[in-house]
Amino acid sequence: MGNEPPRKPNILVIGIGNAYRSDDAAGLIAARRVKERVSGHCSVIEHTGEGAALMELWKDADTIIVIDAVRSGAAPGTVSRFDASLRPLPVSMFRNSTHAFSVPEAVELSRALKQLPRQLIVYGVEAQNFEAGTNLSPAIDFAMQTVVQRVLQELSQNTPDSQT
Amino acid sequence: MSKQATRTIKVDTLARVEGEGGLYIKLKGDQVQDVKLKIYEPPRFFEALLRGRNFAEAPDITARICGICPVAYQMSAVHAMEDAFGVKVDGQLRALRRLLYCGEWIESHTLHVYMLHAPDFLGYQDVIQLAKDHPAVVQRGLQLKKAGNEIVTLLGGREIHPINVRVGGFYKLPARSELAGLTERLKWARDAALETVRWVAGMPFPDFEQNYTFVALRHPDEYPFNDGRLVSNGGLDIPISEYDANFAEEHVQHSNALHSVLRQHGAYFVGPLARYSLNFDRLSPLAQEAAREAGLAPVCRNPFKSIIVRSVEILYACDEALRIIEQYEPPEKPAIDIHPRAATGYGCTEAPRGILYHRYRLDEEGSILDAKIVPPTSQNQKTIEQDLGQFVPKFLNLPEEDLLWQCEQAVRNYDPCISCATHFLRLEIDRG
Repeated sequence: MGNEPPRKPNILVIGIGNAYRSDDAAGLIAARRVKERVSGHCSVIEHTGEGAALMELWKDADTIIVIDAVRSGAAPGTVSRFDASLRPLPVSMFRNSTHAFSVPEAVELSRALKQLPRQLIVYGVEAQNFEAGTNLSPAIDFAMQTVVQRVLQELSQNTPDSQT
Repeated sequence: MSKQATRTIKVDTLARVEGEGGLYIKLKGDQVQDVKLKIYEPPRFFEALLRGRNFAEAPDITARICGICPVAYQMSAVHAMEDAFGVKVDGQLRALRRLLYCGEWIESHTLHVYMLHAPDFLGYQDVIQLAKDHPAVVQRGLQLKKAGNEIVTLLGGREIHPINVRVGGFYKLPARSELAGLTERLKWARDAALETVRWVAGMPFPDFEQNYTFVALRHPDEYPFNDGRLVSNGGLDIPISEYDANFAEEHVQHSNALHSVLRQHGAYFVGPLARYSLNFDRLSPLAQEAAREAGLAPVCRNPFKSIIVRSVEILYACDEALRIIEQYEPPEKPAIDIHPRAATGYGCTEAPRGILYHRYRLDEEGSILDAKIVPPTSQNQKTIEQDLGQFVPKFLNLPEEDLLWQCEQAVRNYDPCISCATHFLRLEIDRG
């Protein structure tokens, strides 16, 4: 046992959204761009945001980074960061999801069942338009660069390999 | 001015209902004057998106309409295309499609029963509160749902937005050993489903029955998923191709969505209650026995008891999945050959929430000229409004907050998947 190398932290990035709901796709697109920039030291997936499936995904992970569209009244494209491992997410911001049992509920149910990953970071991108469509609003499109950069920074702090 | 001041209450979201819409109830004294369920947007965007696309793209595009029931959209799409091109998928390929549908029913129904509906009956605000007192029960729900996920992941190619379904069959077939690998978990799931039926049967149900016109598929010897004739308890018995001749979509002022009606009749009801009540005799012996033991008659007209019916259907889906896996022999080819032709094709399958109708007109190359998609929730809208009109007067003496909660619960009975159409559901009671 003592001779085994230290286990690599299990890091998963999850982009959440609906590709046909305009700005709701922000999380998916950001995740896709993160995936292009990381080389195998973490997994990146796209997800609809269905809560029970999310719980299953993050049950065994050390660190989860979620990217989702939010609606709080802030300027479109504003990027917010929440540490859901420490405190509940502001539920009203995440109601844009097509699924009512979604990210905030999955976080709290995981907490109630003592299944939260060690670290669960959620990036919210303030969205403008949730109508049917396949294009991001300009401000949200512009914010992609910011959120991708911040997630990559977060990954570099969490991944020992990438610091060498 | 009347003695009663006008009060309008708005709730930003109707929690635990998929998507976004609006419920508006206008009261005058103890009279319900108006009930409007507003769903803002039917899948017209997708119908437009499909125009000009190749027939082979329809299953994947329509699967994106709903994150909860992508398999249903795929199934209705492939059956419509196969109908247009004059081919029939049979044997083991057909059985695999039933198995995939079992997975989706298990996932979708379990999500609704445990995460959304059960807390209503047990006096909890939500499943998080329920989990604090009954963690083992909630874990059972999560594991049961996982059993459905595993079927969809194996056959669908991935868990979210399955991609392995194609017109004519599948892209890749599972090996016998891969399916057999699901057996142990499904046996556990079948036991868990039976426990679920017993658990929900003990919940308190209001005495509320309606004389519904149920509409569902009916097949000569199967509980319906993909195949059958459209029947009702009012004597309707038609092939799917006659859907448009018998059902109409009416524009209603308060909603961009269309209200579906049975011509010369009006509102009708699709989904688990309809399916069960029109097909009790097609359930497996185990599911029938569990239903009887739960106190369900072969016809159920109480929408609150839909939680029991969904649980019986989870049990059936586990039972059926095990049967299909047991008899599975991989077919020679993953899909039968398709030769496009100019035609119109019709597909209607039993999504977890009820019949999902697709119609495509195609040219000789297989390009889609036009598409029509009618999701189950839009078919139930009129019935939901009528039920709320009957239900709300019984609770008018409750404090406002409790009345709103009762309305929310009542809407959840129908498991409206508004994500097919729109996002939030706002709730408003106007005491004029």
